Amino acid sequence: MRFVDEYRNEADARKFLTAIERLAVREWTIMEICGGQTHTLIKSGIDRLLPQQLTLVHGPGCPVCVTPLELIDRALAIARRPEVIFTSFGDMLRVPGSARQTFEVSKTSKVSHGARDLLGVKAQGDDVRMVYSPLDAVKLAQKHPDRQVVFFAVGFETTAPGNAMAVWQAKQLGLANFSILCSHVLVPPAMEAILGSADNQVQGFLAAGHVCTVMGYWEYEPIAERHRVPIVVTGFEPLDLLHGIYLALAALEEGRWGVENQYSRSVTREGNRAAQKLIGEVFEVCDRQWRGIGLIPASGYRLRPAYAGFDAELRFGVTDMTAQESSLCIAGQILQGLKKPHQCSAFGVLCRPEQPLGAPMVSSEGACAAYYSYGRMGNVKRGA
Amino acid sequence: MCLGVPGKVLSIEPNAVGVTMGKVSFGGVTKEICLAYTPEAQIGDYVIVHAGFALNRLDEAEALEVFELLKEMGEREAWQGEASA
Repeated sequence: MRFVDEYRNEADARKFLTAIERLAVREWTIMEICGGQTHTLIKSGIDRLLPQQLTLVHGPGCPVCVTPLELIDRALAIARRPEVIFTSFGDMLRVPGSARQTFEVSKTSKVSHGARDLLGVKAQGDDVRMVYSPLDAVKLAQKHPDRQVVFFAVGFETTAPGNAMAVWQAKQLGLANFSILCSHVLVPPAMEAILGSADNQVQGFLAAGHVCTVMGYWEYEPIAERHRVPIVVTGFEPLDLLHGIYLALAALEEGRWGVENQYSRSVTREGNRAAQKLIGEVFEVCDRQWRGIGLIPASGYRLRPAYAGFDAELRFGVTDMTAQESSLCIAGQILQGLKKPHQCSAFGVLCRPEQPLGAPMVSSEGACAAYYSYGRMGNVKRGA
Repeated sequence: MCLGVPGKVLSIEPNAVGVTMGKVSFGGVTKEICLAYTPEAQIGDYVIVHAGFALNRLDEAEALEVFELLKEMGEREAWQGEASA
């Protein structure tokens, strides 16, 4: 496929690896933000081919991983209602709610009898459907005027234009039976939180190419300046990642900071203005809880008051549900690059893709799932 | 989740509420995609698509940049090899 195959060429990848090998003198830690990038790095084995001085840590850019547990419980409660068709991207369907971890169900929660995730709710006969696009959910609402169609609107800036368009179209069409369960998060405040942490180890970033396709990279310039770090906007294919690492490493070795754009075939400094305009029409910035990390100020989107009628949390009265995290899972430290998945006591033993304890083991983009699937086990025996 | 797949625009037409949609081919698999955010995209252009939405038109000239850099690195290496020989 064009714009894909040429960025997977092994001979070119080896050229980059040689160049990176030559450049690397001191020890550096670079974080790739996006879970899709983590997946490419581990799947293609780039992490094992880089010089030892270079450590890659994996960032919080996995929406499945950072969506709060109580929001999963709210999704499960809404999906169990008989009038509801609950729609979602595939990777949210297997995220377990709190019921299985505590073996207790809160009084307000309707989740019970073993329905630990949305697939479980579906298996019990409730109407849960996987969709490719939020517009598919709008179409379902048009087709089933007697049912309530809810879309699980999670994601970073990349997903926001689609979700904004779905809500905007539902309003144009006067659909009273469409709503979204919204948990949108934003990358730049999370980078600030990581860099501002006393434990921070990250010296350079590979920024997420598709987030920047939508938002541009001008927001990253003050972050790079303030914390004196190189930030390289990077794509998702093996050559993109090697090129991004090469540029970040060159900047680090030369003592430079600032923003560079590796993914220029898709990203401009100002981003997609048309998409930003509709995002601004439908959403406003709010504080958000990040699973495993905690509250980050001004780090997410919620629906503007003019679109509050499309807010599933208000429509179904689930805003008071709370949940308790497993004390074993160290997802927060992994998402901030402080620990590697195999340094978790539950990794590969109590926590596996078929029986995940925390979200990074659920999503194919989660660092724990990538480490498990591609054999980065440390001293842990698989399935022990 | 932020997966984006490049696809080739095959057709462009507005939907019932006036939003620009179109058929986009992904290596032979065709899907209906929202093109509202890429008004500059023409039939035959490549766009980067996420969850049913084209997020940008791919820039053909910029796409070659990495290969130019690789060529330069190769030439530099050959030159350095000759110089040290």
